[in-house]
Amino acid sequence: MSENALTPVLETSHLGIDFGGLTAVDEFNIRIAPTEIKGLIGPNGAGKTTIFNLLTKVYRPSRGVILLDGKDTRSMSPVQVNHAGIARTFQNIRLFDKLTVEENVKIGLHAHISYGMFSGIFRLPGYWKEEKRAHEKALELLDIFGMADQADVRADSLPYGAQRRLEIVRALATEPKLLLLDEPAAGMNPSETAELMNNIRKIRDEFQIAVMLIEHDMNLVMGICENIVVVNFGKIIAEGTPKQIQKNEKVIEAYLGSGKES
Amino acid sequence: MLANLINGISLGSVYAIIALGYTMVYGIAKMLNFAHGDVIMVGGYVAFCSITYLGWPPVLAVLASVVVCTMLGILIEGLAYKPLRNATSLAVLITAIGVSYFLQNAALLIWTSNTKVFPNIFANLPSLKLGGTQVAPVTLITVFANIVIMIVLTLFTTKTKMGKAMRAVSEDKGAATLMGINVNRTISVTFAIGSGLAAIAGVLLCTAYPTLMPTTGAMPGIKAFTAAVFGGIGSIPGAMLGGILLGVIEIFGKAYISTQLSDAIVFAVLIIVLLVKPTGLLGHKVNEKV
Amino acid sequence: MDKIRNLKKSTKAAFLNYGIVLLFFIVVQILANGGHLTNSFKGQLIPIVSYVIMALALNLVVGISGELSLGHAGFMSVGAFSGVIASMTMAGSVGNGGLRLLIAIVIGALLAGLAGVIIGIPVLRLNGDYLAIVTLAFGEIIKNVMNCLYVGVDGAGLHMSFKDTASLNMAADGKVLINGPMGATGVTKLSTFTGGILLLLVVLIVIQNLVNSRTGRAIMAIRDNRIAAEASGVPITKHKLIAFVTSAAIAGAAGALYALNYSTIAPKKFDFNTSILILVFVVLGGIGNMTGSIIAAALLTVLPELLRKFADYRMLIYAIVLILVMIATNNEKVRVFMRGLGKKGKDAEVKEEAANE
Repeated sequence: MSENALTPVLETSHLGIDFGGLTAVDEFNIRIAPTEIKGLIGPNGAGKTTIFNLLTKVYRPSRGVILLDGKDTRSMSPVQVNHAGIARTFQNIRLFDKLTVEENVKIGLHAHISYGMFSGIFRLPGYWKEEKRAHEKALELLDIFGMADQADVRADSLPYGAQRRLEIVRALATEPKLLLLDEPAAGMNPSETAELMNNIRKIRDEFQIAVMLIEHDMNLVMGICENIVVVNFGKIIAEGTPKQIQKNEKVIEAYLGSGKES
Repeated sequence: MLANLINGISLGSVYAIIALGYTMVYGIAKMLNFAHGDVIMVGGYVAFCSITYLGWPPVLAVLASVVVCTMLGILIEGLAYKPLRNATSLAVLITAIGVSYFLQNAALLIWTSNTKVFPNIFANLPSLKLGGTQVAPVTLITVFANIVIMIVLTLFTTKTKMGKAMRAVSEDKGAATLMGINVNRTISVTFAIGSGLAAIAGVLLCTAYPTLMPTTGAMPGIKAFTAAVFGGIGSIPGAMLGGILLGVIEIFGKAYISTQLSDAIVFAVLIIVLLVKPTGLLGHKVNEKV
Repeated sequence: MDKIRNLKKSTKAAFLNYGIVLLFFIVVQILANGGHLTNSFKGQLIPIVSYVIMALALNLVVGISGELSLGHAGFMSVGAFSGVIASMTMAGSVGNGGLRLLIAIVIGALLAGLAGVIIGIPVLRLNGDYLAIVTLAFGEIIKNVMNCLYVGVDGAGLHMSFKDTASLNMAADGKVLINGPMGATGVTKLSTFTGGILLLLVVLIVIQNLVNSRTGRAIMAIRDNRIAAEASGVPITKHKLIAFVTSAAIAGAAGALYALNYSTIAPKKFDFNTSILILVFVVLGGIGNMTGSIIAAALLTVLPELLRKFADYRMLIYAIVLILVMIATNNEKVRVFMRGLGKKGKDAEVKEEAANE
């Protein structure tokens, strides 16, 4: 890995947020290299999803800096952050239920389809050309997960596992530099999880992007993450390779102390 | 000037009582009960019939009106809103509009569109002289009723078990369920209280402005919702503050700007409040869960 | 035939709608030529087309954008009165009635669209219930303002006042166009059934092509999940505004068509009840379903004329149907029950499975 030589795709310093006097995340400092797969783990309620929400500007940070490819995202909206290169999936699936699978992916492609409202209404040549391109691109992306044959199915009639995969395809369609996956394997059986691991690796290799994932399935985390960040009570308690994390006493304590963890 | 201020406070106090019903239901069931204004109208008709046709004394008529509206509130909630507990706000709002239209048109069939003249139930009470201005007894009673209702409701929500349950449901329905609170019953009680208040507001409104039609409740209902938003939806003192301010603004608008545009002025207030401070004067912000 | 089978579902629905409108036009023409149409039905033709267009406009906001507008009669009003003013001022200069109707409709649409921008920019930041109530408020404000509006025309051009006709300060040859609460009087009827059908077809093309394009997809994505749409790089306010303003402009066009069918038209015609009536069309036809809107608006405009005996019960029945439709389409238990009745039982199982995990 040449990660140290390159500018990190994402770098945060002193990142934090308070909710009505309660500190949810504090002193969150990480660096993600351009093609790194990073795990973000921690007990329930540790603030993992809150961190994703900070990075994507769903929440406005109370303090700290987020540098995306060296650019400060301070003044960016969630939409601008996406255009700048962060895409994500959601812990509780958020698909466009009444749209088809293909249309869901085309929403991901929205910023990369270049015809305007009037070309659309009057069906000018730009509409036909760009829609054809978008259609082909959407099928190509769906094919990564073998979902091209379900392109015309309504998103809410997909089985649960397929919905999670569709969220990943949609995020990927926005052409991110960094892909944030919030519990991608939740609700999947072991064989589906194994396939997902392969696909995450394949996406990273093919698109040359960085991936950060929140996951409770330790087999998946330890299996594909090159580095892992452990948070508890909104703060980083450990950082390192899977091997280092498995031996880290603070981590073991955090997990044992918090009781059951799947 | 003083007369206008008194009129404004009087009208505002009626808005405040209606707004309390809106604010409680919005705070707890998270829905805009569009039919709330029409419950006021029903309250007015029940009191009217009790007095005019049955010859009941006003106190009994008010009581009858409260009982009927309370039951009506529970009935509406159970039949129309409860099946939509997990539906989108769009669906719930359209249903509420349906209920509103149902009540108005049912009233139209029962009582016809002819205007009924509401009797002055406080005719025997003396009026008060305040700096050369006559203050009608209905004004005094309205303001007094408003203050009593606010104090009682504040005590109810802070001191009683049901009141605490209401606040819990308004904070987090899921967590309240886990704490063993019966959410459905709590919402039902909220509708009962709101509708009972609507009955009182109906009688006061009709006494102050003694014309009664099937559409009597619609405008005051929408304006009272404006008042609730103005004061901060979900807040009891906010409803009172918003109601009185709105009443004063409306009366002054009528007196000094234009009679025809007074409604437009009230709605302009709503729009400005929502744009400048969507949480209202005394409300607080609720974060969306992601 | 194969070609038709390969078309997308949305494209098929679009062509179905054009077909319905054309069929309606042809049937009416044949009946009219044969002398089978009563005068009262002939009088209903343009209102029918106007309400169908209104229902389509509102469905764009309610069904496609997922926001409730309770003030669409206000946009219809803006279109109606600006259309009337435009047509009356042109009376001397543009001789052709059809051309004047076209210009009046375009002006009505532009001004209603402008009202949509003015209202939409501030209010579309609001969510759900608040947005609905603010559109209601704007609808009432428009009605109130129209009630106080006086417009006249003389050699020097248009005069406007919010007080009375005397303060218009017109020359002796001046003519009052809009007379406060009385509205427009002495309007030259310009609207024709054919003109209405052409407008309806144009509206259908605009709405359906918009919905089946990048922009429409974005609007529907925001409806289905605002946060996910934002995270996918779709600007929210811009797209909500496009839907809202397009809808307002179409409502304005419908207003102009409607108003120019009568010799007098008062502002109180476009009140909250009209907004609700159009909402009833949209809900009964199926939220988001354009074919449904067309049929529901047409039938519910014609039926009350045919069933005058039940006029007293009409709104009561509308109210009950509104409630029942919402419960039937939104209650989980009812939905599962309905699926169980139909052949789609499998669908519900998949969903329940997902919910259980």
